[in-house]
Amino acid sequence: MQIYLPIAEVSVNAFTLIGLGGIVGLMSGMFGVGGGFLITPLLFFIGIPPAIAVATGANQVVASSISGVLGHVKKRSVDFRMGTVLLVGGLTGSLLGVLLFNLLRRIGQVELVVQISYVVMLGVVGCMMFAESLRALRRTRSGARARRRHHGWIHALPLRMKFRTSGLYLSVIPPLAVGLCVGVLSAMMGVGGGFIMVPAMIYLLGMPTKVVIGTSLFQITFVTAFTTLMHAVSYNTVDIMLAVLLIVGGVTGAQIGTQIGSRLRAEQLRILLALVVLAVCVKLALDLFLRPDNLYSLTPGIL
Amino acid sequence: MRAWLSGMAVMLALIAGPGAGPASGQAAVEPPIMSFPSPEANRGGFRRPRPQAREQVVAGLSSDEVSITASFDGSDIILYGAVRRETPVQMNSLLHVVATVEGPPRSVTIRRKERKLGIWVNTESVVVGSAPSFYSVASTAPLDLILNREVDARYRISIPMAMRAFARPFSVENPTDFTEAMIVSRIADGSYRLDEGAVRLARDTLFRADFRLPANLIEGDYKIRIFLLRNGRVVDSYSAPLDVRKVGVERWLHRLAFERPLLYGLLSLLIAVAAGWGASAAFRVLQRK
Repeated sequence: MQIYLPIAEVSVNAFTLIGLGGIVGLMSGMFGVGGGFLITPLLFFIGIPPAIAVATGANQVVASSISGVLGHVKKRSVDFRMGTVLLVGGLTGSLLGVLLFNLLRRIGQVELVVQISYVVMLGVVGCMMFAESLRALRRTRSGARARRRHHGWIHALPLRMKFRTSGLYLSVIPPLAVGLCVGVLSAMMGVGGGFIMVPAMIYLLGMPTKVVIGTSLFQITFVTAFTTLMHAVSYNTVDIMLAVLLIVGGVTGAQIGTQIGSRLRAEQLRILLALVVLAVCVKLALDLFLRPDNLYSLTPGIL
Repeated sequence: MRAWLSGMAVMLALIAGPGAGPASGQAAVEPPIMSFPSPEANRGGFRRPRPQAREQVVAGLSSDEVSITASFDGSDIILYGAVRRETPVQMNSLLHVVATVEGPPRSVTIRRKERKLGIWVNTESVVVGSAPSFYSVASTAPLDLILNREVDARYRISIPMAMRAFARPFSVENPTDFTEAMIVSRIADGSYRLDEGAVRLARDTLFRADFRLPANLIEGDYKIRIFLLRNGRVVDSYSAPLDVRKVGVERWLHRLAFERPLLYGLLSLLIAVAAGWGASAAFRVLQRK
């Protein structure tokens, strides 16, 4: 069934979009990532103009994260206090990100900067997670309990605050910084930033994995809602028709994902997420180093 | 060279008058456009048949408007017509027909990637101030054989001629590489099309051309042109507008997005929140059973 998208001005198959939304929603529910880093490139691939893909992708992430976060609220696995601190950093970061985005767009290098930062960050994060979760898995197999690492310098910082749900007594500076970085990325790449935030929360802040997913979804919901609104108002690039189709698939997928996620063990979840992150990283790195099929690219408008 | 070009552009603009170049509408908004307006001032308007013309074209369209609905999947336009003449058919030269469909002009930036330190980076760029968003040419025979180069440049019939307004003086060595690449990629995605031999001409009098408008059509004022050619020159031409409009939900959403962006943004968020909450509630009910 073909459907014409009013803002994107292209005609696409409705079922393809629902399916796409479903896959991304599944990941979102399982890992607590918004799925923006998957949905945006997939939308490019089926011929949606990049600006619209970024904005509408953010809108879809809002729906699937809400669906996921409600599931986690029920299970009491959301640390609202930590989420709010991350959010404050996130909104500031996303404002900075928009400024940076416009600057890079003017000199035509936005694609390159986004790709390089993706490759570096996904590569580092993916490898770290993969190695760590393999070690943890081996330890649990051999019977020993996995111990959380504590970074001394992080605990030496001032402005400490109690995060009861996570069982932490920690300075607010590291979560604010994590939120800020994620906010910048979110505005520049049109992603929620969960794939960066989840590992940062586990390894940097030392939060328990079960709480991390709900909390990251909580923060992502607000940051992407803010991004969507900003794109709609300043660039008119949100396509409701496209968003609705993605959302229908996305929310269903997110619910199923949450169910699967609660049955898997934390180490297994981490290994799976690490593999997904590494796969996306390899794909992007290849695009960067291999000769592209078409050396020329077209961008509408005068930049 | 640059001074000469801009001088030339100014001169041509004076000859052509307002509204001649396809870029002129955009030039008003974005001043740095240096355009090459068509020398032919009334390009696009209805042409009165010249009294001395011995052969005149009479034509019609299967429909003079295209409605984009939610289930829009492309559209077919049939162009039909006849050659009216008071004298018997000339036998010393062959009659040919070329028909074009042209979408509203848009500016576009073309960038080229180059390998730097092992990775592929966008380096040089060329800005085309005005190129049709859709362009389809159909003819009775290959254009090289039936169309004179100067005539092509004057009426802008072939695809490369249809886009010739460069914005910004370019510092690139050969900008035609860029525009050629643009044409190749637009032909690949179906927005540009050259169909030599698609116009059927019967007994030098009746002709018909079928155009397929793709699904990724943009809204706007399209234009259809027909040229009668003999010895590579235009004997007569005809032009008609084609209105491509969104209707129903498509139109409503598009207007809301551009006229009330904040409301539209909030609406899309509301849909997202409602859908997310709805799915969560629905699954809870399912689980309880």
